[in-house]
Amino acid sequence: MTLQTAMAAPYTHSMFNVSRTMLAVMTCLFPATAHGIFHFGWPALLLFAVTVASAILCELVCLALSGRAVLRFSMDGSALLTGWLVAMTLPPWAPWWIGTLGAAIAVVLGKHVFGGLGQNLFNPAMVARAVLLVALPVHMTTWVAPLPLGERPNLEQALTITFGSDIPADAISGATILSEVQSQLGAGRTLSEIGPDWESLQKQFYGAVPGSLGETSVFLLLLGGLALVLLRIIRLILPLTVLGSLAALSGAAHLVDPEQFVHPAFHLATGSAVFCAFFIATDYVTAPMTALGKAIYGIGIGALIFVIRTWGAFPEGVAFAVLLMNACVPLIDTYTRPRIFGRTRKGTPLPLEER
Amino acid sequence: MSLSLAHLLNRNGLFALKGGVHPEGRKFLTAETPIESMPLPSLIRLPLRQHIGAQAEPLVKRGDAVVKGQLIASARSTVSANVHAPTSGQVIAVGFFTAPHPSGLPVPTVTIRPDGQDSWGPRLARMHPEDATAPELATRAAEAGIVGMGGAGFPAAVKLHLGQKFDLDTLIINGAECEPYLTCDDRLMREHAEEIVDGAAIMAKALGVKRLIFGVEANKAAAIAALSGYRNVLGYHIDIRVLPTQYPMGSGNHLVKIITGRETPARALSAELGVVVHNVATAYAMHLAVRYGEPSLHRVVTVSGRGVKEPRNLRVLIGTPIKEILDHCGGLIGDQTQLVMGGPMMGFPVQSLRIPAIKSTSGILALTKAERRKSDAMPCIRCGSCVQACPAGLTPFEMNTRIQAENLDGAVEVGLMDCIACGCCTYACPSNIPLVQGFSYAKGRLAEKQSQDHQREETKRLAAARTAREEAIAAAKREAMAKRKAQMAEKKRKEAEAKAAQAANEEAAQ
Repeated sequence: MTLQTAMAAPYTHSMFNVSRTMLAVMTCLFPATAHGIFHFGWPALLLFAVTVASAILCELVCLALSGRAVLRFSMDGSALLTGWLVAMTLPPWAPWWIGTLGAAIAVVLGKHVFGGLGQNLFNPAMVARAVLLVALPVHMTTWVAPLPLGERPNLEQALTITFGSDIPADAISGATILSEVQSQLGAGRTLSEIGPDWESLQKQFYGAVPGSLGETSVFLLLLGGLALVLLRIIRLILPLTVLGSLAALSGAAHLVDPEQFVHPAFHLATGSAVFCAFFIATDYVTAPMTALGKAIYGIGIGALIFVIRTWGAFPEGVAFAVLLMNACVPLIDTYTRPRIFGRTRKGTPLPLEER
Repeated sequence: MSLSLAHLLNRNGLFALKGGVHPEGRKFLTAETPIESMPLPSLIRLPLRQHIGAQAEPLVKRGDAVVKGQLIASARSTVSANVHAPTSGQVIAVGFFTAPHPSGLPVPTVTIRPDGQDSWGPRLARMHPEDATAPELATRAAEAGIVGMGGAGFPAAVKLHLGQKFDLDTLIINGAECEPYLTCDDRLMREHAEEIVDGAAIMAKALGVKRLIFGVEANKAAAIAALSGYRNVLGYHIDIRVLPTQYPMGSGNHLVKIITGRETPARALSAELGVVVHNVATAYAMHLAVRYGEPSLHRVVTVSGRGVKEPRNLRVLIGTPIKEILDHCGGLIGDQTQLVMGGPMMGFPVQSLRIPAIKSTSGILALTKAERRKSDAMPCIRCGSCVQACPAGLTPFEMNTRIQAENLDGAVEVGLMDCIACGCCTYACPSNIPLVQGFSYAKGRLAEKQSQDHQREETKRLAAARTAREEAIAAAKREAMAKRKAQMAEKKRKEAEAKAAQAANEEAAQ
């Protein structure tokens, strides 16, 4: 028998650790990702693989450059998850270099420039998305409609699509419902003329629509998100406030002028609102700590999504909304500290009242 | 958030504990093992400081024969505690020995070689709590050397005398035993419920309170059932509250908050709110001291963990070396076993098997590698687990960042001094960051700095006083000189005058 050298209490530990969390998030992302890859075919799978591989490669290079224990730090799964999240936000038939560029921006610029895991102020996946959207607006808004099983490209065609940047013209779809509505409204038409109907809403919900690789199926994203809540990886407060404030604001606007403002159900079911609420806004590193802080942050994101979608230049505002609120997090954290036991919110000891 | 679902569904009328964690209990290792008295050890080591406060003054010297129950060291001040010989034998040393304390520093220790007779000396007089006054009962706790047996080791008499200073209304008996592994209080409540209830009522009488409440965690159904057999003792209604199983339920101020709804202000005592908390084992010791005149000579210790062959609950004499306790339990098995004194959340590492179990030793744990926290820390991912887990409402990750940057004052600003060192943050941290360890380090640094500042101030004050004193002496000297000079001048003048007068007289005479 040998006695262990001194180690201070506590000696027990919860089952919860970083790689386990990352694994759980990826598991919950899987259904929506699988759906996207299935619907958009081989090119989507290739793009996904290229993006994730690039993210891991960038992580390894950055760790080596910063002189850290590469093996130990790279095993936490964070780079894999970042790459995964970036891939989910890309147009499914985008060329390989968009995936690589996105992953590099996310991992290098979004994370390692700030000092690595846990140090970044902005959500890496959203940094990548915002940069790509501003720098490459055409590539980032070239959508394809999900094709019936028989008409999907085979592997050979897929290779030319992803690595040859050669998208067959007939596959290119008009637009997502968000950009469609925005451009039509911009042209001076009213909503009753454009007419996004309930049938298309149902399609949106299950994901048989053009859109980003992993963001089309609101149903599966919701399923994965709720699993995260049940696994206690995330708290319900954030998704609830993001979607709640988006619904409340768009609902109020819709009540005021139903011809100019779409029904809140469209806001919730389209674009990446649900994806953002459960998988992006809940990112530990870039979200506030306390429940109150998370609520403020969530309401802010929801409101900004509505504002950008309605009045902004881009049809989708999730990336910008998240980044803007990320910048507010240090401030939110400072003002929403929990009340210390035995003290008032201001930090003075509780008064001893007369009994 | 204070308005949680658990709060709404709360049927006990208890107030919810914010934060806290639910560690694996692992109490099954010893929960069904009845308390067993350990045979006499071959050696007894009695540290003269087993409590918070001043160390006791030894009354014996090497070679003295002592009898069981004999006072061998007496309390030196108000916050101090008597130490008694737990068995008969011979004092073989009065000197310094490694303390059963995280520091492992030597403390004055009386070593006794038991003679095997275990013969009692005169006991304290038996008391009838029905007729005794409150101060008499509190004084008995001091005579018997009773200290808080929950782990802190605060002299019980000091807390029992609080009734004379504050307007108290409630005594809470802490049977939460929220630390994993430990079952000593559980077993004591199951097997000695009557004695505990009696001791608790005696303490209630000593404090002059109206309400006597037992707080026991829900995972101790048998103990609750045993206590429930006693409804009215010494005129006190025994009120048993079943607490949710959650760590740190047994933290004094949190227990008060949960049971009474009163929150103790920072840096205040719960007694200022009218509430005092005592441990069940302390109540048992009080019963023995009052009813039988027995001082605090033994306690129940849980010996557990996968690293010990036969986990048990043992009644050991105070001062029994832990080597003998472990040997009695079949010894240690496996490699890389970490020995811990106390519970796994707040206990401290044992570096030497020769140190003794003392009045505040609730457990001796041998934790194998598989049972222990891993020690490789990864970067903080700001997940907020520590903030959610902290029962004191602090932001441990933030305190840690500031301490790492050597910004101790910054850490104090965000509440370092309100940390109760419960360890929930480190337990919950997914990156294995030693948070509470850092806070203890920072508190130590601050205490050191404070004492250095104090020393500097004192030195300055003394130096100033000395300068003033020397100046005063010099001034006095100067004054005396001046006086003497004046006197001399006067004398000279007078002499000259006298001379002149004489000369004049002589002249006149001629």
